[in-house]
Amino acid sequence: MTASASSLTEHIQPIAAGAHVTAAAFIGGAPALALGDGAALIGEPDSLKRAAAHPDGSILVAASDGKRLITGGDDGRVVATSPDGAVEQIADEKGRWIDALAVRNGAIAWAAGRDARARDVHGVVKSYSAPSTVRGLAFLPKGYRLALAHYNGVSLWFPNAAAEPTLLEWKGSHLDVTASPDGRFIVSSMQENALHGWRLADSRNMRMTGYPKKTRSLSWSHDGHWLATSGADACVVWPFRDKDGPMGKAPRETGVRQAKVSQAAFHPRALVIAVGYEDGFILLCRLGDAAEIFVRGPGGGAVTALAWDADGRRLLFGLDSGVAGLLTLPA
Amino acid sequence: MPSQSQNSSEAKIPVTVLTGYLGAGKTTLLNRILSENHGRKFAVIVNEFGEIGIDNELVVGADEEVFEMNNGCICCTVRGDLIRIIEGLMKRRGKFDAIIVETTGLADPAPVAQTFFVDQDVAEKAKLDAVVTVADAKWLADRLRDAPEAKNQIAFADVIILNKTDLVTPEELREVEARIRAINPYAKLHHAQRCNVAIDAVLERNAFDLDRIMDIEPDFLEAGDEHDHDHDHHDHHHDHDHHHDHAHGGLKHYHDEHMQSISVRLAGDVDPDKFLPWINALTQREGPNILRCKGIVAFSGDPKRFVFQGVHMMLDGEPQREWKDGEKRESKVVFIGRDLKEDQIREGFLACAA
Repeated sequence: MTASASSLTEHIQPIAAGAHVTAAAFIGGAPALALGDGAALIGEPDSLKRAAAHPDGSILVAASDGKRLITGGDDGRVVATSPDGAVEQIADEKGRWIDALAVRNGAIAWAAGRDARARDVHGVVKSYSAPSTVRGLAFLPKGYRLALAHYNGVSLWFPNAAAEPTLLEWKGSHLDVTASPDGRFIVSSMQENALHGWRLADSRNMRMTGYPKKTRSLSWSHDGHWLATSGADACVVWPFRDKDGPMGKAPRETGVRQAKVSQAAFHPRALVIAVGYEDGFILLCRLGDAAEIFVRGPGGGAVTALAWDADGRRLLFGLDSGVAGLLTLPA
Repeated sequence: MPSQSQNSSEAKIPVTVLTGYLGAGKTTLLNRILSENHGRKFAVIVNEFGEIGIDNELVVGADEEVFEMNNGCICCTVRGDLIRIIEGLMKRRGKFDAIIVETTGLADPAPVAQTFFVDQDVAEKAKLDAVVTVADAKWLADRLRDAPEAKNQIAFADVIILNKTDLVTPEELREVEARIRAINPYAKLHHAQRCNVAIDAVLERNAFDLDRIMDIEPDFLEAGDEHDHDHDHHDHHHDHDHHHDHAHGGLKHYHDEHMQSISVRLAGDVDPDKFLPWINALTQREGPNILRCKGIVAFSGDPKRFVFQGVHMMLDGEPQREWKDGEKRESKVVFIGRDLKEDQIREGFLACAA
């Protein structure tokens, strides 16, 4: 990417999403937005298709494997939307809210209340009932295994094994969960404005604290060495390269402003982070030299969704007010 | 973890919490609210699906998951499911005007109320409008004796719907009212049969706005008492040696041995540099015993009224409207709780005078 331009605003195509943007993704190379009015918006800004993924519902969570947009709604349904706008129902939990969702290699996992379900590429669904409501779900990078965040810990579940899941215990309410791309670490965000991590080799605990707000956005760098996080007046980036991960190390901070970071999304090829704030501001921040490029000024609510395309040439963003846009980096 | 937030409460979604012991009539009240033609849309959070007889697209089932916070507050519990549900509902902002939370009959109202203080995301988007407790006129007195939950629900209430009054005699009604007032003299009390109360008696009360606590127990004489009273309500100077009742022209006074309310009034201004450390220390120390506290305070040199409210160790306060011309600048604090040290609280507050 070129860092010569100080502002990229003129390279943004606006998208009138019209409802709270729950998530953003690229499917089949095309922008896709999951909305609070139940619709999935698919396509280029000048030829958008509105797919009724959850009619009369609201999309609470969404995930994508690059091929389809998978959404979970307050109508209790899990739905897959294709680039052509076709929708397919994956599951119906009979009105129970879909609180968490994860996808990997064609497998889909979701949670409604305490029940977590995993559906493999062949459509076989396995279920596990957690000790309390499952708030976060993440596939581990190796094997068919899931991390489930809930009250007092994270459970690691092999859907195809009869064995009870392994409990990584830590007191408190765990919200989102993510696995490091090398599979060595599990990290959760917590109700108490902190992250908690475990090194899987020895279940050693890591506390990552100091956030003024809850962290609800977690993004790994392409090399897996860094974890960018929301929840502070800067994007807080934890080092995970070494054997001990961030233990005993201070995080980097980038994009320091007088507003809280609400979304962070690492570029898929470079150590550059797209950082979105609660006031609608968006910056690109380069980790190495802390260079910043302005994308969007304040206004229109909080940034609630950020996604890069596979090449890292385009950045899709959405706000809670229904404002959205597509940034195309100049060649 | 007390905080004094300066945020305005504008545009926050009002939340009404419906409590009441098993069988008191919560679901009846909820169905009545939802079926009334009032032009408002509610998101309703219920503990049991299927009891609501009205179609409403925004009925959400809750699990009443009570979580402890790892923040050093021993009594700090929140409703984890409520935090999650309110976050989800905000994705549909604009589709509803208010939220109603129904709790189970055995629920302690504290975790629900504390959720609105403790969780920053919830506090930014929603505000507790009122805790409304439905009480069964026939059985409440018994429940106050044998069910601590029932007593907590009365103590927490901003509005009490004394339901099923057709099933009791006028004498029994006076009796149960006196029992309620012994615990909570400040709640707005309505009589009802099959929960037939006006909807605006329940919703958008802005009870946490606290205006009405400046009047001395204004409702004490209103509900169900046709006698003309002219007696001066003593400021709860009583001894706790015995459970006594005394009638003043038909109105009974009870004193609950463990749950009581204390109100202290101070004419003139309060020094914020004395008051804030005092209220913080008091709620930290006595928080487990203080169920609710509220107050309106005239800070010296401040044209605006400072209002605060709290649940156990949680406190929230903000400057509210300006004192009106001719309005007497005075301060009043109210505490409802168990085994409160009345003399300490009274002396402590009076020592905050500017």
